[in-house]
Amino acid sequence: MKDKKVLKYLILIIVSLVVLAILNNVLDSYQRRIVNLCAVYIILGLSMNLVNGFTGLFSLGQAGFMAVGAYTVSILTMTRQMKEMNFYMKPMMPFLLNLSSLNISFLPAYVNDFIWFLFALLMGGILAALFGLLVGAPVLKLTDDYLAIATLGFSEIIRIVIINLQTVTNGALGLKGIPVKTHLLWSWSIAILTIVFISLLMKGSYGKAFKAIREDEIAAKSMGINLFKHKVMSFSLGSFFAGVGGGLLAVSIGTIDPTLFKFALTFNILLIVVIGGMGNIWGTVASAIVVTIAMEALRFLDEPMNLGFMKTDALPGLRMVVFSLILMLVIIFKKDNALKANFERIRGRYAKN
Amino acid sequence: MSLAEFMQHLVNGTSLGSLYALIAIGYTMVYGILRLINFAHGDIFMMGTYLAYYGILFTPIPWYLVFILAPLLTGLLGLVLEKLAYKPMRGSPRITILISAIGASFLLQNFGILVFGGRPKAFPIPGILDTTLTVSGVSVDLISIIIPIITIALLVILNFFIKKTKTGMAMRALAKDFETASLMGININGIISIVFFIGSFLAAVGGIMWGIKYPQLMPTMGVVPGLKCFIAAVIGGIGNITGAVLGGFILGLGEILLIAFLPNLTGYRDAFAFVLLIVILLVRPTGLLGEKTSEKV
Repeated sequence: MKDKKVLKYLILIIVSLVVLAILNNVLDSYQRRIVNLCAVYIILGLSMNLVNGFTGLFSLGQAGFMAVGAYTVSILTMTRQMKEMNFYMKPMMPFLLNLSSLNISFLPAYVNDFIWFLFALLMGGILAALFGLLVGAPVLKLTDDYLAIATLGFSEIIRIVIINLQTVTNGALGLKGIPVKTHLLWSWSIAILTIVFISLLMKGSYGKAFKAIREDEIAAKSMGINLFKHKVMSFSLGSFFAGVGGGLLAVSIGTIDPTLFKFALTFNILLIVVIGGMGNIWGTVASAIVVTIAMEALRFLDEPMNLGFMKTDALPGLRMVVFSLILMLVIIFKKDNALKANFERIRGRYAKN
Repeated sequence: MSLAEFMQHLVNGTSLGSLYALIAIGYTMVYGILRLINFAHGDIFMMGTYLAYYGILFTPIPWYLVFILAPLLTGLLGLVLEKLAYKPMRGSPRITILISAIGASFLLQNFGILVFGGRPKAFPIPGILDTTLTVSGVSVDLISIIIPIITIALLVILNFFIKKTKTGMAMRALAKDFETASLMGININGIISIVFFIGSFLAAVGGIMWGIKYPQLMPTMGVVPGLKCFIAAVIGGIGNITGAVLGGFILGLGEILLIAFLPNLTGYRDAFAFVLLIVILLVRPTGLLGEKTSEKV
């Protein structure tokens, strides 16, 4: 029975990889970018769901950890010439400037590139996780909204430090010309790895401990679960994936600057998690795709509209008004598990028994 | 640093602290009763400033009346916000309510971008307030002196209201024990509406004075002051009005004096509040004046 299930998932993964490989050749660059962003948001949504949905720690620090990952990956993968062009206000730290990518002579260039990019992504994740560890260790004893504000504060501090560390991050000017990796298989294979990892994690004993903490901290503690250890672990893992997601975001859009990592970014991810359902893996995956595509598809809302009987001017901001309304309506009317409830209703209607 | 310069910074710090205190009261009163961070409070502050802006420029109403009407309207806005975004959520887990509050905050911000436009606007300062005083070498804006005076006057009135009136007593009862108080025949919804009205009113008064002191309006102008004022409320002990005022002054003075004495850290000005928040939460999570509560199983 179990083998059958594993086989089913393996087939699903292989099919989706094949489909993506085909899509990669069919879609134009704009569409490819959106499909890439879907994968990035799946990773980010899952990373937030791990902390907020499964462990019940309300953290709003996502954007800060993403920034750490994005800057690490960008600095590691950018070429020396690009760095020199970017840092015209203040020169870059020599150590970072001289950092060059992997160059093993007997391997072809693309293999070198491949290994170096994976290394950069891993470093981005690890650095973000280290930050998560540093941040988490002191603040995780706080609960509910205090934790939310403290993590939000840390994320802002990270952003402010990035603005001020001009010799490392180029300050408010940001980084341009990051070598882009637009092939769909890059982001999607990492997204699939994340889905598999989180699913396995939640099936195992750690996942059960996380959920126990979410349900009732005191009961979990009295059952012998080390609260601190598990909270820090969940938080650092969440930060790791946020860092990886941030790195992938950087290489799929090619330019980053500190304003990208404002609280609005965390808000987008929160929207995905809330719509998909707190603590629901497939819900998050589905809502990441839906929300990312909707964010692009609804861009017309910001533009001038011709309603037939009247013409409106460009309305910048309308799109985000709509999204804020969606978030509030979902949270007010559905409380949680919005997508799941709807799916189940549809499935119930057509189910035989 | 000369004494004159120091005095100047002190005046600036005090007026900034007063503004923080005014806004922080809204956070602390709401939190005291509903245990909810009103994430949209900073955006209410923004709405109040914009209302005054449009009132002065586009209506024939004289500016001093606008300065009274705009806070009243903002108070109503706060009340409506509570009815729409927070009341349906009462009794849900705190995280769910917080998400609704975050949604409300983004809604107001983007509504601001949609209706007021994303470009910065200059606040129309009434001529009478736009003067600089020079007292024995210290030159300060008139508004920097008016701000603390108005703040203190409002605080005295608020204190009287909460300590001496029946409504104030009901508020204190709700803050002490929500359920018992509601069993005693207190009109909960009415009291909560009043609390939101007062908080938003004070935020709008703060917003107008903010606009005169720092005359650049943007739909996102409420985010950073909002967060900082929440931090002020936490520093003083959330739920405690005196604490919020104390926290506001600590934060305002601390911020101005930090960059006065250590100009190198100017870029880190906004980080100061967050660092202070984290230190306070670690050392004394209940804040300076907060009461200690223990978790019941």
